Amino acid sequence: MADPTEITTRGAWGPGFWAKFVATGLLLAVVVPVLNLGISPNSFAAVPDYIVPLLGKYVCYAILALSLDLIWGYAGILSLGQGAFFALGGYCMGMYLMRQIGTRGVYQNPILPDFMVFLQYKELPWFWYGFDHFTWTLLMIVLVPGALAFIFGWLAFRSRVSGVYLSIITQAMTYALLLAFFRNDMGFGGNNGLTDYKDILGWDVHSPATRLGLYVASVLGLGAAYLICRYVTRSKLGRVLLALRDAESRVRFLGYSVTNAKLLVFTLSAVLAGIAGALYVPQVGIINPSEFSPGNSIEVAIWVSVGGRGTLVGAAIGAVLVNLGKTWLTGAFPESWLFVLGALFVVTTLIFPRGVVGLVHQLRWLRPRGESAPTPVEDKPIAAEEQA
Amino acid sequence: MAARLLRQALVSLAALVLLLAVVVPARADDFANLVTSLASDTFAEKEQAIVALGNFGDARAVTILLALSDDRLRTGPNNEVLIVGSDDPSKLTDAVTGAPVKGIAPDSLTRVIVNNRLRGRIEAALGGLTLFSPDRNTRFAAARDALKHPSSEGTARLQKALAAEIDPEVRGAMQTSLLAAQLMSGTKDEQLAAIKGLSGVTDPQIKNLLDEFRAKPDLDPEVKMAADAAAASIDQRLRLVGIVANLFQGLSLGSVLLLAAIGLAITFGVMGVINMAHGEMIMVGAYVAYVVQEFFRAFLPPGWIDAYLVVAVPVAFLFAGLLGVILERTLIRFLYGRPLETLLATWGVSLIMQQAVRSVFGSPNKEVSNPSWMTGGFDPIGGFTVTWNRLYIIFFCFAVLGVLALILNRTSFGLHMRAVTQNRPMAAAMGIRAARIDALTFGLGSGIAGMAGVALSQIGNVSPNLGQIYIVDSFLVVVFGGVGNLLGTLVGALSLGVVNKLLEPVAGAILGKIVVLVVIILFIQRRPRGLFALRGRTAET
Repeated sequence: MADPTEITTRGAWGPGFWAKFVATGLLLAVVVPVLNLGISPNSFAAVPDYIVPLLGKYVCYAILALSLDLIWGYAGILSLGQGAFFALGGYCMGMYLMRQIGTRGVYQNPILPDFMVFLQYKELPWFWYGFDHFTWTLLMIVLVPGALAFIFGWLAFRSRVSGVYLSIITQAMTYALLLAFFRNDMGFGGNNGLTDYKDILGWDVHSPATRLGLYVASVLGLGAAYLICRYVTRSKLGRVLLALRDAESRVRFLGYSVTNAKLLVFTLSAVLAGIAGALYVPQVGIINPSEFSPGNSIEVAIWVSVGGRGTLVGAAIGAVLVNLGKTWLTGAFPESWLFVLGALFVVTTLIFPRGVVGLVHQLRWLRPRGESAPTPVEDKPIAAEEQA
Repeated sequence: MAARLLRQALVSLAALVLLLAVVVPARADDFANLVTSLASDTFAEKEQAIVALGNFGDARAVTILLALSDDRLRTGPNNEVLIVGSDDPSKLTDAVTGAPVKGIAPDSLTRVIVNNRLRGRIEAALGGLTLFSPDRNTRFAAARDALKHPSSEGTARLQKALAAEIDPEVRGAMQTSLLAAQLMSGTKDEQLAAIKGLSGVTDPQIKNLLDEFRAKPDLDPEVKMAADAAAASIDQRLRLVGIVANLFQGLSLGSVLLLAAIGLAITFGVMGVINMAHGEMIMVGAYVAYVVQEFFRAFLPPGWIDAYLVVAVPVAFLFAGLLGVILERTLIRFLYGRPLETLLATWGVSLIMQQAVRSVFGSPNKEVSNPSWMTGGFDPIGGFTVTWNRLYIIFFCFAVLGVLALILNRTSFGLHMRAVTQNRPMAAAMGIRAARIDALTFGLGSGIAGMAGVALSQIGNVSPNLGQIYIVDSFLVVVFGGVGNLLGTLVGALSLGVVNKLLEPVAGAILGKIVVLVVIILFIQRRPRGLFALRGRTAET
């Protein structure tokens, strides 16, 4: 069981942490751009242009994984609809990018995106208003996933839907959104989604410089998301979350509002996922309903598992590792990817429930003095034992 | 489409007609004269000839009229009418006798010219002619087709055809078409009689025809009133049929959901194991049906093929059940009490199974055909067809549910199973081998999923993604109905199916489904334990 001393706030914000945090940040946000732009493309260490958006994609996935680890690792809420919040954030950004195309579309309509002209829309649907302004878009990227999570979470946590039931209804939620966004008359481009972007804030989305900029923005986003998650989990709220993960009824009897704590962290997590989606879309150049598919959301859970649940760092590492493997395998042995992914699900849950980070920490000599250990996660709550 | 089919039927009929032509030379002179006048100089004369040929009732005219409409009719040097072969333009046959003609230079032939008005006449005449075809299906199609262009000539032809017809179904169609023709072009009395006759029919086509008729100006008020009443009564019946059809489709969808969910009700409902690979067990069952079918095709006499389904059901049960036992022994038993991890691990298993099936069988859909006793359907009240495969699946699903209820409540295995799931240490203390019961229970749930797969192979595509289609739905059914409760699963599945299909005409297929999903999500908030929540001590575990 979780030893409370392991998550003591002492040392959480000490110089040791900041040194590592800044070093990782510099490596990702400065060294990569320098290797991309600063040295000859033929050099051994050079990062070619096509790698940059790929790295940017991984960083976005890392933010998404962080957002899931925050609720799953610390509050025991396994959301199988995390991809839905990611996709909603992505759609908000996609709508902004569509409005930026202007008359450069195939039909050259100054207001309507191509697919609307094609589907014979006469005017812009009301929910597209404002998406030509970047600030409005930023606001929506936060508000839309946040509001959905707030309403959904309020309904669910208030009536104490938890555990597997919550997982199943979050899955049903993303499935319903998948079906909805596939419809042409929803006004989001149906099956094809939103694509053919031209520029963002006046910069060409296809130019290597913009892509590098987006990559750096994603890294900064990851850093901010990590700090937020770390702050939340090391705060008093974080300890309440851990407690309710392990014994929900006991926390409730002690007078804490379980509903409010869960709701707060669930909404925060959805906002982070939305931001990840918004950073993701300009780098991959398309958003379509398949991002809502239940399979995608479950995959996020495996990133977190592989990296190590309840460790934050592990979630980010897991997202990058699994996706590196995916990129390599789907290219080299396309047939084998699903076997590997399936095996990852089985092996990590069965043999390495603490993931990569847990494995590293088990090798004692690598563990620095004073740094907090990953919180061991057991699915079996005390509450269940009490009730039995 | 229908016109094309009719046309194909006509062409094949033409060959038969050529034979008949030799055997039945009766009134050959009249016929020959009419054929010759097809090649007249004016369109008016041609038109007369076409109508006359149509009413003549000689099936030989089919070939000639088809050739005329296809621009393949020629006149030779001696004014004889010739047909140019459709695939070989150099082959000529005499239109009247059907005998091959040789030795005529191509440049001595004159085309018989047709215009669109004539083509319309030809089509109507052909429709009438095929009423006399020796082939029952062609006659039936022609009788249905006559409904589309009711006319006074049609009346005469239909009366003539009706007099000779013996097949009751064809007679029915002919009578309906005859009434329609009388309605559109008959006297007042005929019209009234026709309206009376038509008001008992349930056919959207008749309804359209009546509407068209009612929209005519200067109708006799009495006739109009009768027509209005008839239209109203047809409307009402159509609405009723629509509801019945929706209910049946809903029941059918519900039974499919139920089949997919019964196995889950065992593994998730009774054992509490979240098996995300459940859908893949269904998929495996469907592939078993495919393999058994191919085995029958390859190794057994062709007459036995209809039995493949009967063999496939137990084979699928055993195969999927065995897979389930293996899965439980090698993976799931290590994860009891950790539902979220079970969910992830079994999701991994489902990915592996999908890819394995894809590697063995390939991604394209496999064709599993209905045995002959499951093809087609019947029309109980007119206007919609109950297909046999869906009806059998409804029966099958209730049979499975019934047998399962018996196993759970009446056998010692069922008793042990309930004991283990309710209180494992106590059951073990009483001498029940809990681990063995776990494996068998999981195998039972998986085996039922396999049988569901065989059933689903009869109404849908068999592809590696088959299981994914049902997994979200079947979990919702189990949760909605109340976990650990077969009755709840039954009510949950059927009500979801029926509600879904009743919403479809109002909201559209996809929107209807979204509405149902949202309603279930909201429902689970209200009653987290489902429709039929277990009460008491068992509910707490």
